Amino acid sequence: MKARVWPFIGAVAVLALLIALPDILRPYYVGLATRMLIFALFAMSLDLLLGYAGLASLGHAAYFGVAAYTIALLVLRAGVDSGIAFPAALVAAAIIGALFAPLALRARGSYFLMITFALAQVVWSVAFGWRSLTNGDDGMPGVTRPYFGWSLDNTTSFYYFALAVIGIAALLLFAIVKSPFGRALRGIRESESRMQALGYNVWRHQYAAFVLSAFFAGIAGALYAYFNRFVGPEYLYVVQSAEALIMVILGGAGTLLGPAIGAALIVFLEDFVSSLTEHWVLVLGVIYVLVTLFAPRGLIGLYVDFRQRRALK
Amino acid sequence: MTALAVENVCKNFGGVAALAGVSFDVNEGERRVLLGPNGAGKTTLFHTISGNLMPSAGRVALFGLDITRLRPDLRARHGLARTFQITNLFPRLTVLDSVLLALGGIDGQRLQLFQPPSRQRTRYGEAARLLDRWGLAGTAERIVRTLSYGEQRQLEIALALAGKPRLLLLDEPTAGLSPAETRRVVALVRELPRDMTILMIEHDMDVAFELADRIAVMHQGRLIAEGDEAAIRANQQVTDIYLGAE
Repeated sequence: MKARVWPFIGAVAVLALLIALPDILRPYYVGLATRMLIFALFAMSLDLLLGYAGLASLGHAAYFGVAAYTIALLVLRAGVDSGIAFPAALVAAAIIGALFAPLALRARGSYFLMITFALAQVVWSVAFGWRSLTNGDDGMPGVTRPYFGWSLDNTTSFYYFALAVIGIAALLLFAIVKSPFGRALRGIRESESRMQALGYNVWRHQYAAFVLSAFFAGIAGALYAYFNRFVGPEYLYVVQSAEALIMVILGGAGTLLGPAIGAALIVFLEDFVSSLTEHWVLVLGVIYVLVTLFAPRGLIGLYVDFRQRRALK
Repeated sequence: MTALAVENVCKNFGGVAALAGVSFDVNEGERRVLLGPNGAGKTTLFHTISGNLMPSAGRVALFGLDITRLRPDLRARHGLARTFQITNLFPRLTVLDSVLLALGGIDGQRLQLFQPPSRQRTRYGEAARLLDRWGLAGTAERIVRTLSYGEQRQLEIALALAGKPRLLLLDEPTAGLSPAETRRVVALVRELPRDMTILMIEHDMDVAFELADRIAVMHQGRLIAEGDEAAIRANQQVTDIYLGAE
């Protein structure tokens, strides 16, 4: 009983803290918290693929960026209402996922990683090169935030909007990984041949995981376009994909909560380190090496080991 | 009725013929054991029946249905289940999750993002019964890789049986087990419903003769003898290449 009560109390406490946050923190830090939440969702979306289906993608920025660019292009080039652009952006991310998945799923392991990387670079080079449409390197400033009867233009109201959207998305992700589908993904991660022998259509499950993962990455990307009121090719770049991978691995792949914590930590550290030095990527690299050496199952793995050791005493 | 028909199945790996034209039938409800020295092609034959390998030539039929080119998961839907010679489980999942996955194989073509609570309860009940029957009831919450080797082999068979197969392929179910564990597995296999057809690879002669209705002996990718216990014991060629080597 005790084991079931504490996580619930913890979740309520975290939710209360998240809701109270704008009253506690200065606006700058509310903005930082918004970014932490957005990247928490981005990392969780990648974790569905990496931690549950066992497919390591180095191209997840593609779906994040496509959603962001869809919003910018619809709002700035087509004059579409910013709120209506939101579902369109999610559909666009899912479609790109649905198109890329059959190509990537031909391979496994590091080859899957390379194909997803290459596909994402194709999207990046389109955004970078098609200057007349996307402004190339300069990106597209002036993305407006949606208006659902109240303005999201100040930091606090946008924070609550992002919190609500990300909260719903996170609940959906938890429901997915707890469903028989989620269990089947973990089974496929552990042994494809065994799952096939049991009657599972392995490819169909992996395909669905890929598209769902792209869809949820799209939610994060769309929110990020609103948040910055800007999109640029760096949203689609390999550094973005690699950072997401590190967030997942730092937090602990296959747990959802871990990658969310990992993402929040990386975003916070990036902000903090960037105020001291411009060599953020160097620091990120050191973090990655330390995690793989001392916490190969991430922070959640460390915590679980700690609990087990204490239980044994 | 013929449960399994293997017709002239060949499998070449590069220039090596692992299977050089194997043909035999297994009748419904029959318990057939495949004997043969290492490298005879027994496991390769299993892989062509379960769909993990495509034969280079020949035909495999399951209850009259040609399954030669069918995907393994679709063969499972037609009532085929197998165990693996090298334990093939879900090392980082719990025993209960493994059994729930095995029971869910029947819905394995669909994406089950939602499961009605009633179905969920049924599945948990079935899982508990299956674990109980295979002496794994106390291990439900354990992580599979922490089980003993003997327990893992039993779980391997329990998973294959979860889908109530019509044809069960057992690849050396008693390999590496202690005599006590072997007796337990033999007893459990004997208790399986008689309408379930079983084809098994077995190295232990006593186990083979105890469980088999008929025995087929393979050597160098060919079937060299087929018959009941007496016929196999009397076969000079079998004695020379297999029994003689013991």
